[in-house]
Amino acid sequence: MIVYRQHARVLVQGMTGKQGSFWTEKMLACGTNVVAGVNPKRAGERHLGLPVYATAREAMAGTPFDWAVMFIPPAAARDAALDAIEAGARTVVILTEHIPARDVIAIHHAAAGHGTRIIGPNTAGIVTPGDGFVGIMPGHNGNIFQPGEVGVISRSGSLGTLICLNLTRAGIGQSAFLGIGGDPMIGTTTRDALEALDRDEATRAVVMVGEIGGAMEEEAAAYAAGMSKPVVSFIAGRASPPGKKMGHAGAIVSGAFGSYAGKRRALEAAGVAVADTPGEIPHLLRSALGAPRDAAQAVPLHA
Amino acid sequence: MNFLEHVAKARVLAPAGIPVPRAVHCRTPEEAGSAFAEFGPCMVKAQVPTGKRGKAGGIRAARSPEEAVEVARAILGMTIDGHAVESVLLEERAEIAREFYAAILNDTASRRPLVLFSTEGGMDIEEVAESRPEALRRHPVDLDRGFTEAEARALVSGLDLGPAAEAIPGILAALYRISGQVDAELIEVNPLALLADGRVVALDCKLTLDDSAAFRQADLAAAAAPEPMTALEREGLEQGLKFIQLDGNVGVLANGAGLTMTTMDVISHCGGRPANFLEIGGEAYTKSEAALRLVLANPGVKSLVVNFCGAFARTDVMAEGVVTAWKRLSPTVPVFFSIHGTGEDEAVRLVRDGLGVEPYDMMEDAVQAAVEAAR
Repeated sequence: MIVYRQHARVLVQGMTGKQGSFWTEKMLACGTNVVAGVNPKRAGERHLGLPVYATAREAMAGTPFDWAVMFIPPAAARDAALDAIEAGARTVVILTEHIPARDVIAIHHAAAGHGTRIIGPNTAGIVTPGDGFVGIMPGHNGNIFQPGEVGVISRSGSLGTLICLNLTRAGIGQSAFLGIGGDPMIGTTTRDALEALDRDEATRAVVMVGEIGGAMEEEAAAYAAGMSKPVVSFIAGRASPPGKKMGHAGAIVSGAFGSYAGKRRALEAAGVAVADTPGEIPHLLRSALGAPRDAAQAVPLHA
Repeated sequence: MNFLEHVAKARVLAPAGIPVPRAVHCRTPEEAGSAFAEFGPCMVKAQVPTGKRGKAGGIRAARSPEEAVEVARAILGMTIDGHAVESVLLEERAEIAREFYAAILNDTASRRPLVLFSTEGGMDIEEVAESRPEALRRHPVDLDRGFTEAEARALVSGLDLGPAAEAIPGILAALYRISGQVDAELIEVNPLALLADGRVVALDCKLTLDDSAAFRQADLAAAAAPEPMTALEREGLEQGLKFIQLDGNVGVLANGAGLTMTTMDVISHCGGRPANFLEIGGEAYTKSEAALRLVLANPGVKSLVVNFCGAFARTDVMAEGVVTAWKRLSPTVPVFFSIHGTGEDEAVRLVRDGLGVEPYDMMEDAVQAAVEAAR
């Protein structure tokens, strides 16, 4: 599960902390089905009207949940994620930035063994306007998010927010915002998110926001080439100086991938319109929806 | 963070049981002269965290104490790839029979540790992958199985290793073990050499530690090579801000890496040049006052774009920091705001009342105005 729907029950790990409390309140106000929280030191108490458990495993026994979202510092993130995975969470949203890479690898390994969907690390979360949000996005802000039919994928929370705001102002609502995270080893890739939106019945078109580095946009482009829903993209980092290279062995893994030019070429070859600035996205989206690659698939923006 | 060769060998490889040549680390030509007595003929190697030493003349042979002094003096005066050479490593002169390549890194594609081994050592691994792919073996490690000598033996099976065949699997397994213990992002031994006397030794080592793991690798992290950076970049680092100084004239203050990069892109799209990258994402959003000082201290800045889009970060908190710092610093450069998202109404009010500036509705318009003002 990548797209959040209100029937999904959410556990908040680290709910009683400052950020955990602040965002749990926002999530609840937005309609998110938050059912319980975790804090080993406050097990048995109630916080924001919800039960608090010592572990995700105990929470699953007392108040079953589908999603877990982590407000947990880097050093404790591995154990918290493994707890949620072993408890049987379907989806774990990892907001934490700067988790040691070997801990991230251990999390992905455990998730693969349990069939758990990991979103992040270092994501701002998932928003489904009308249903709620999971994470640290302003999902409750109606100037930014409005229900609609365009799915948005972004590594960055701040840039994703700006793009959704531009869409809302142009009268284009969103079916989902999928923040996949800025870390190098994330559980849900751009391509995974694109496939989820392709299957999602509420989504009629996709805005895919990428960044320089890695090969995710190229992989997503390969999938987009076979999609009938229109895809519009923006790639951040065109004017960035070349980043710090990891060394020879790093370069071999990424090969020729990673540059702005390479990503744009791959996307355009797949029939994806690429915007030069975020402000162009609503226009490209309108023209893509007006003239889809397969004319028989033409759909109005608002059904 | 990166490490000098001698630190990687002495602090990581040797304790892991991976053979390294006999060596002495020297900071002066005189030290090199007296160290020569321990070796006889030796190699004098510049200690800089870059792979371009050999081609730059940073690795040379010495056959007498006098020559060791002379060569060390020449190398200690060099700057290689932007790094001033501050010390040299005197290493026993080994007669090399074969050169191999070994590395462990965190592979983003498989989300696993990746073991790389090649029979073509001593050259760039990209080049090997290109010209002799059959000489390169890759093995993404399954954490349940780990990477023992048996796995290593399977990885190199079918490759002609000559007399090194006995030692290499154990070395690869040890390299994998230590890479996890020290939270290495990359540990690369190139070349891993078979010597004429039959020993297999790590002749060079490139080590990159995972920055995010520094908190639990404090001893090793303290021995990292300093990153080359400008005075302002160092100041940023000390304040916990990721600041990169560029050669443009439009200063950038934005929250989050994605939005900051995009602001730079739009500056460039409008025909301007960004003066910096500065991320105040995550918890750093409360540091906008320190961030503004950094951006304005860059002498190239002729105008400033402040682009906030609050998700996690609260734009009112960021705007308050900027307004406070602006009043204190009284800069003369023109500033152009675009503010949206969490805390937007209060942030716009703060900027309007505090600075008498009206934020732009679209970031593209704020950027366009800043680019024009910088001309």
